[in-house]
Amino acid sequence: MSSHPVNAETVDSKRRKLMVAAAAASLAGTGFNLVELAMAKTSSEAASKLVRWGLLIDTQKCGNGCDACVSACNVEHNLEDLGRPETDAQWIRKLDLVDEQTSHVDSLPMLCQHCEHPPCVDVCPTGASFRRDDGIVLVDKHTCIGCRYCMIACPYKARSFVHENLTNQRPWSPRGKGVVESCTFCTHRVDVGRSPACVEACHAEGGGAMTFGDMMNPESEISLSLKSEPSRQIRGDLRLNTGVRYRNV
Amino acid sequence: MNQHYRILAASSPFYYVLALALVVLALFGLGAAHYVDSEGHWVTGMNNQVVWGLPHVFAISLILSASGSLNVASMVTLFGRTLYSGWSRFSGLLAISLLLGGLLVLVLDLGRPDRLIIAMTHYNFKSIFAWNIFLYTGFIAVATIYLWFMFERRMNQYAKVAGLLAFGWRFVLTAGTGSIFGFIIARQFYHSAMMVPLFIVLSLSLGTAVFILVTRMVGVLSGSFMKPEITFSLMRLLGILIALEGFLACAFYLTGLYTAARYDVVLFVLMNGGIYTFLFWAGQAVLGTAVPLGLIFLMKTESGASVRLVTAAVSKVIGSFCFLYVMVIAGQGYPQLMFPGKQVRSAFFDGVVAYYAPSWPELALGLGGVSVAGIIILAVTRVLPFLPVEAQRARSS
Repeated sequence: MSSHPVNAETVDSKRRKLMVAAAAASLAGTGFNLVELAMAKTSSEAASKLVRWGLLIDTQKCGNGCDACVSACNVEHNLEDLGRPETDAQWIRKLDLVDEQTSHVDSLPMLCQHCEHPPCVDVCPTGASFRRDDGIVLVDKHTCIGCRYCMIACPYKARSFVHENLTNQRPWSPRGKGVVESCTFCTHRVDVGRSPACVEACHAEGGGAMTFGDMMNPESEISLSLKSEPSRQIRGDLRLNTGVRYRNV
Repeated sequence: MNQHYRILAASSPFYYVLALALVVLALFGLGAAHYVDSEGHWVTGMNNQVVWGLPHVFAISLILSASGSLNVASMVTLFGRTLYSGWSRFSGLLAISLLLGGLLVLVLDLGRPDRLIIAMTHYNFKSIFAWNIFLYTGFIAVATIYLWFMFERRMNQYAKVAGLLAFGWRFVLTAGTGSIFGFIIARQFYHSAMMVPLFIVLSLSLGTAVFILVTRMVGVLSGSFMKPEITFSLMRLLGILIALEGFLACAFYLTGLYTAARYDVVLFVLMNGGIYTFLFWAGQAVLGTAVPLGLIFLMKTESGASVRLVTAAVSKVIGSFCFLYVMVIAGQGYPQLMFPGKQVRSAFFDGVVAYYAPSWPELALGLGGVSVAGIIILAVTRVLPFLPVEAQRARSS
């Protein structure tokens, strides 16, 4: 009996040293960003209702022919081009809009609009389509039965169905054959304080047309920008209160 | 007079040929479902634009037929039309069989058919689809109880109550099926309150036509043909229902032409939709409406009435299938209205009519569902007395 605590202490001490060494090695090895670590949620911390993630897209800065956001999304989530455009998954796509009267061309990215009242969530029979408290609309890959009703209900054609077996999946973005998927606003990045991959790419390689942030925070860049200049929701007539807003369309 | 019933005495070799053909088709459908499940849906004609295809047209046709084929039982139990009383039981069996066939197609086409248990245990009650799961399974339960009450002499007194429940249930069921489309704000073609009455009447007319054809087939197998007066009565009923459906279809399309947001897609279906326009006019308008109405109301001679009725019913079934094909496929294929006044282009088929061509696994799956319904009917009528004895006597006399 008396020797047991001593042994336990010895083991704990060794384990602690090992964990510290492992953590130090992984931090050094992966170049982990300490700021992100500080901002990251713990696994027990849920998305907050005090946050509403949103995206403002200024189409004047969105270049014709630029698809940096699309490429970045495809790489981030490993959305492979299988040479079958009808069935290949696409979470974000570029649209060219030609005015029927004036022939003026606008170019803009279209993705899940992360609606406050998402039709995809309303129609999903199992509740697999859901909206996080912070406004991000997601699909629970474990309860989606692959009925595709949400794809019919989405006014933005923003959802894709996984039509084939998948390989080389990203650990942070698990996908599954036979279920529906769409833009996640890169929750794996947002939850650790980073921007979605498309936004990063737009600033790095594109025209800097995208502003991502918390629309509930009056001091955030997106809130200030939305307040100062006009913007619009696509299919605003449906009153879905989208999380993605457009300017100069 | 007591009504007597008999089982299907399979004396004809045609019974076994038909049963074998249905089993082969059902197995082929099951194989197709397994193939799609293993490879993924890219082997079908369905894609990210047209997400519901031929299997859904089959499934909806079967579900609507199921609801409508209970007409005969309802008319006996609720409206006192004793003329049909011998066929009430069979009407209930047909309804259950068709619904099971339709549900099987729907389930096997799911991206994850192995997750059926999730569909049965996780419900989002805001979803009309979730409500439909209850409506479909509930209908099978209600129709089974109704059948039991009709079969069991001690329970006969409650058959009227069960019949009333089944009657109400199938109205709600077809309203729910129509609502799957009518509630969709994202698709201009679907978003219409007219979908509900249209689907209800379509189910009544299609179900009656299917009932006529299946009872005729059973007659060929067993010699248990309907009495001529039932044939005449059913013919009139079918004619009235088709006329009513035609009226509602006109209202659906004409109201679409009055609505700016739906004008383009309605015009597309009616005038410049290629295969969809052809199927609308040749299928829904001519085969589904004009031909059966002509056969029923314009040709009044008594000779060859049963041939005319069967021809009208076949024509109606083909026409309704075309109607549902146009409804389901063209409604998805036509570009969604996101930017009024703009032409939209993209690498994801925005602004263009999406391409869809049915594939063999879809056809096999759909036919498999029809076959399963047929197998159930052949098997159950073989062991339980579903067929009226009077009918046989009427023919032999």
